[in-house]
Amino acid sequence: MKLVAVTSCPTGIAHTYMAAEALEQAGRAAGHDIQVETQGAAGATPLPPEVIAAADAVIFAVDVEVRDRQRFAGKPTVQVSVKKAISDAPGIIEQAVEEARSAPATVTSGAPAPADPFGATGPALASKVTDGAGTATRVRQWLMTGVSYMIPFVAAGGILIALGFMIAQVAAGKEGVVLVTQVDPATLANNFDVTSGLQWAALLFWIGKYAFAFLVPALAGFIAFAIADRPGIVPGFVGGWISANLVGAGFLGGIAAGFIGGFIALWLVRRPVPRALRPIMPVVVIPLVSTLLTGAVMILVLGRPLKWVSDELTKGLNNMNGANLILLGVILGLMMAFDMGGPVNKVAYTFATTGLEAVGTATDATQLKVMAAVMAAGMTPPLGMALATVLRPKLFTDAERENGVAAWLLGASFITEGAIPFAAGDPLRVIPSLMLGSAVTGGMVMGFGSTLRAPHGGLWVTPLIGGILPYLLAIVIGTVITAFAVTALKGSRSAKQSEVAQDALVAA
Amino acid sequence: MSALITPELVLLDVEVPDRGTVTRLLAQRLQAAGRVTDLDGFLADVRAREELMPTGLPGGIGIPHCRSAHVTVPTLGFARVPSGVDFGAEDGPATLVFLIAAPEGGGQEHLTILATLARKLIHQSFRDALMAADKPSDVVDLVSKEVAA
Repeated sequence: MKLVAVTSCPTGIAHTYMAAEALEQAGRAAGHDIQVETQGAAGATPLPPEVIAAADAVIFAVDVEVRDRQRFAGKPTVQVSVKKAISDAPGIIEQAVEEARSAPATVTSGAPAPADPFGATGPALASKVTDGAGTATRVRQWLMTGVSYMIPFVAAGGILIALGFMIAQVAAGKEGVVLVTQVDPATLANNFDVTSGLQWAALLFWIGKYAFAFLVPALAGFIAFAIADRPGIVPGFVGGWISANLVGAGFLGGIAAGFIGGFIALWLVRRPVPRALRPIMPVVVIPLVSTLLTGAVMILVLGRPLKWVSDELTKGLNNMNGANLILLGVILGLMMAFDMGGPVNKVAYTFATTGLEAVGTATDATQLKVMAAVMAAGMTPPLGMALATVLRPKLFTDAERENGVAAWLLGASFITEGAIPFAAGDPLRVIPSLMLGSAVTGGMVMGFGSTLRAPHGGLWVTPLIGGILPYLLAIVIGTVITAFAVTALKGSRSAKQSEVAQDALVAA
Repeated sequence: MSALITPELVLLDVEVPDRGTVTRLLAQRLQAAGRVTDLDGFLADVRAREELMPTGLPGGIGIPHCRSAHVTVPTLGFARVPSGVDFGAEDGPATLVFLIAAPEGGGQEHLTILATLARKLIHQSFRDALMAADKPSDVVDLVSKEVAA
C-alpha cells in the first residue's frame, strides 16, 4: 500500500523528525511504501503531487497546522499527535491501512471523483505544481479554480431568473417580464400571495438575483483560495463583493480582488512570526490584516479611476447622439461584451435604460433602437459560447461544457453573465471574441432599426420588440461570429495537448 | 562548523531530583562552552517548550529542546541518568536525556544536522549504544558517526 505522511511540531527541530523516522520504519517493516514530508525548522520539501495522488492514505502526525493541507483533500486520513506517532508508529500505520481499505475505491484512483465538490480543489493541488508549470499555466489554474466554484452560482441564479421571466410572461402577459422586476422582494417576504403568478415569478427572479450577487465574490474568493489556500478565502470574497457592489468593477475587478487577496494572504502566511503569536495567526491576524489590505486597495485604489472611466464613457456616449447610428450600435456592442456586468457594460446598459425613461410613448425613437441593440449585443456572448462548446467540445473543460448548456438559456434571457465563466477562465481569447460578435450584432440591430421598450428579458420580451425578424437575424449572426472567433483562437492553442489535459484536471 | 557535541557536553551517570535540574546542569555546560550566552534566558525558552507538552518519550527518553536567541551554535547536550528522571512520558522516567539547542535564526545546514540526529533517537541500537558508553568521548564518537552517516 502507498502511504504519505506529514509530520510537524511546535519547535520543528526534534519531534517532527523523530515521528518521520518512526513512521518510515514502521511503514517499511509492515511492507508499505511510505513517504514523509517533514514540516520542520529545516524547511519542508513538499511531497511531489504525483506521490500524493498515488497515495492510498494520508497520515498527519502534527501538533500544529499542516501547511497546504488542501493538497491531500479527499484522501483517507489519519490524524494524530506527533508524539503518538513516535510512541506507536506501527499502530498508526495499521490505522491508515484500515482507512484506505474502508474508503470508497474512487478515492484511491488518484483523481478526485468528479461529483465531489472538493474535486474542484484539485487546482489547489495542481497550482502547487511549481516544478514544470510556467507562470501562465499557474495563472490559468488559479483562474479556473475560481471559475469552477463560480459556475454553480451562475447556473442557479441565471436559470432562476430566466424561469422567473418565463412564468411572468405566462402569468402577466407581454409586459410581465418588465413587471416582475418591479415586484419588491419585501412584498414577497411579508405578503406572499400564492395565487399570484407574477409573485411566484418574482420569487424565482429575486432568488436568482441573490444567487448572482455571489458570482463575483465566489470567483474572487476561490481565485485567492487557489493562490493562498484557506487564508485566501476571506480577503478574496470580501474584495470580490466590494468589486461587484461598491466600486462596480464587475468580474474583472473580481479577478483583480482574487489576485490581490490571494497574494496578500500568501505573503502573510509566509511571514515568520514569534511563537506566541502563531496560534492566533490563522484565526485572527491573517484574516484581519489580509481583508483590511485587500478591501482598502479595492476601495481606495480602484474606486476613483473606475468612476472616472465610467464618467468619461457616459460623456462619450451622450456626445454621440446624432452621430452615425450603426457606429453607435457597434460601440455599444463592444462595451456590452467587454466586461459583462462590469463598469463598461454598465455604462452602455445604463445609457440605454436611461434613454428608455426619457422616450415616453414614442414608438420609433432612437432610444428604443439603442435599447434593442444593447439587449441583442448582451445576448450573443453566452449564446456564442454555448454554440462554441457544441461545435468544438474538445476545446473546453468539463465544467465549461456543462456551463455551455445553461448558457443557451441565459443568453436567450439576456443574462450576459452566462459568459463570465468562459471569460474569467481565458480572458485574452474569450473577451475579444465576445466583443466581435456583440459589435456586429449591435451595429446590425441599429442598422435594421429594430426597437425595444423593455429594459430586460431577452427572447421573453419578443412581443415588445419592433422588427423582430431582423433583430433575431442579428443575434444569430453575432452568435455564430463569436463561436467561430473563440474556437479559432482557442484552437490555435490546443496543439499543446498537455495544457488542455491539465485544464481538464483543473476543472474536474 | 563546530561539532554538535563535545565531551564537555556529556554527563554520564548523574543523579538528579527532577528534569529542571538535569536541564540546568546540561545548560551550564553549554554556557561554559560558550554555546549559550544567557543561561536563565535559555532555560526559560526550554521551559516554555516543555510546558507546551512534556518532551518525554517512550523507551526512557527525554528531549528538552528549543530554538532560542541565546544559543550561538546548534548543540546537543547529553546526560545519562541511571535511576531515571521524569520527563512526562507515559511509560516512566527517562534515563537518556538529550538537550537540543538551536539558534533562533538557525542556518539551514545546522538544522538539517539536528534533524538527522532526531531521526537517530528513534533507533533502539543507537539508544543501546549510548547506554553502554564508557566515557564521554564514546558518546561524542557515536553521535558524530550517526549524524555524519
